[in-house]
Amino acid sequence: MTQFCHLCRIDLQHVSVTRGGQELLHDVSMHIHCGQLTALIGQNGAGKTTLIRALLRQLPYSGSIRHINEHDREIQRLVIGYVPQNMEFDREMPLTVQDLMASAFTHRPVWTGVSKKVRDQVHEALAEVNAADIINHPLGRCSGGEIQRVLLALSLHPAPDLLVLDEPVSGVDSNGLAMFLETVNRLRSTRHMAILLVSHDLRLVREFADHVILLDRTVLAQGAPDYVYATPEFDRVFGSGEAV
Amino acid sequence: MEAVYKLFGAIPLESLQFGFVQRALLAVLFLTPLFGLLGTMAVNHQMAFFSDALGHSALTGVGLGIILGLRSDLVAMLIFGVIWALLILVIKRTGSASADTVISVFSSTSIAAGLLILAKGGGFAKYSSLLIGDILTIGDDDLLWLLLALVAGVALWAVIYNGLLLTSVNMSLARSRGIRTWLWEGAFVVLVAVAVMLSIQWIGVLLINALLILPAAAARNIAKNARQHAVWSVCIALFCGIAGLLVSCELGTATGPTIVICSAVCYAVSLLARPSRK
Repeated sequence: MTQFCHLCRIDLQHVSVTRGGQELLHDVSMHIHCGQLTALIGQNGAGKTTLIRALLRQLPYSGSIRHINEHDREIQRLVIGYVPQNMEFDREMPLTVQDLMASAFTHRPVWTGVSKKVRDQVHEALAEVNAADIINHPLGRCSGGEIQRVLLALSLHPAPDLLVLDEPVSGVDSNGLAMFLETVNRLRSTRHMAILLVSHDLRLVREFADHVILLDRTVLAQGAPDYVYATPEFDRVFGSGEAV
Repeated sequence: MEAVYKLFGAIPLESLQFGFVQRALLAVLFLTPLFGLLGTMAVNHQMAFFSDALGHSALTGVGLGIILGLRSDLVAMLIFGVIWALLILVIKRTGSASADTVISVFSSTSIAAGLLILAKGGGFAKYSSLLIGDILTIGDDDLLWLLLALVAGVALWAVIYNGLLLTSVNMSLARSRGIRTWLWEGAFVVLVAVAVMLSIQWIGVLLINALLILPAAAARNIAKNARQHAVWSVCIALFCGIAGLLVSCELGTATGPTIVICSAVCYAVSLLARPSRK
């Protein structure tokens, strides 16, 4: 389906995280391949956010997280684009979408203005996620879905090796999420990167993901969506009556 | 500076013929733009209460300076202010819901400790000027310090602004982009602490926070983007500083409070001018 190698990968081996004497993740091993959408599913408290924070190097962990290229060699550099889950911010702040993006794209302080070159860059980045029309909108007036798109545009610059999408728990309805995932789906075939999606919407995961990882402090099952959804572990976590 | 004073003297206002008013006007021109800029982030970062607590700590700084035998009140205030600011930041970053309560405890404690030391033996009267300040007593040496603070402050502000803006919008997002949020926030609170401590003897413990917060809060009501916020905030701070000084000279009122009243009027007007929001 894509023109990419699928061989580059983020390789997690025996990753464990312990905080305050409690083991939040135990012996997690997985591959996140480029050109694929890998979905991380599990109940609240299963360690999904902990795993993301370990990937982002925001939590100490044991085990290894390595970036491997198509020749099976380790690459030291791993650029991660991250779309956070809780985008709570002061919505009265006088800040446009362009201000936010420019503050990430350039060192020139945004209060001195934005150069035409940076404005064009911001426009191009937003156009890639179908959000060019909101470039001058105040960020606080954007809908949940629009903010997700802006964050997605931000996370794609600089070009990431791994894109981490932490599903919003509020502010984006199922339609908005489906539109968002359609955009991500398109990026999968135009960008050389691996995508890790954390989602609670099992129906959308089945529709869009290539690979699913069921987590409950450790990996309970992983593989193609149909395979994982048919496992007894899936039934145990979500119940056999889960409508997917 | 003589040329600037001559220029001020050419303005047909009786009060501007006096040297001390000319120096005070120059002080206002140096101080208010920096406070206008820093204030934008203080209000966006929800740190109005933080800077208030910081201002109060000046009293403790002077008190500790006396106990430790420091010759300069300013050095004592600067050292204590910077330590205090970083300490309050640590509390804010613990993310506890009761951060404002803890800051309040710090604020009250620092006032009490300061008053305890300074009022020992009934001698607080000589420090009462710290409470309301007196910009009309500023000297040429002090003005050079303020000019230096303005230049260094704006330069540092330009360096840290974008990272701080991303941090104030979303800490996780900023961290994921490799921004050392600790460093930027630390630099910001130190910058505010230094600006506050350098100005406190001219503006006063009780009013310094208004100088930082009111222009930025008024500007926030009418600005649509980050640039407008900064420009409006600096313009309002400058306008209120100049107008407050000149009005206080004409009416014979205290300068600091008059500047703050002007800022409060601007804030009220900005509320009326605020575009309706959904």
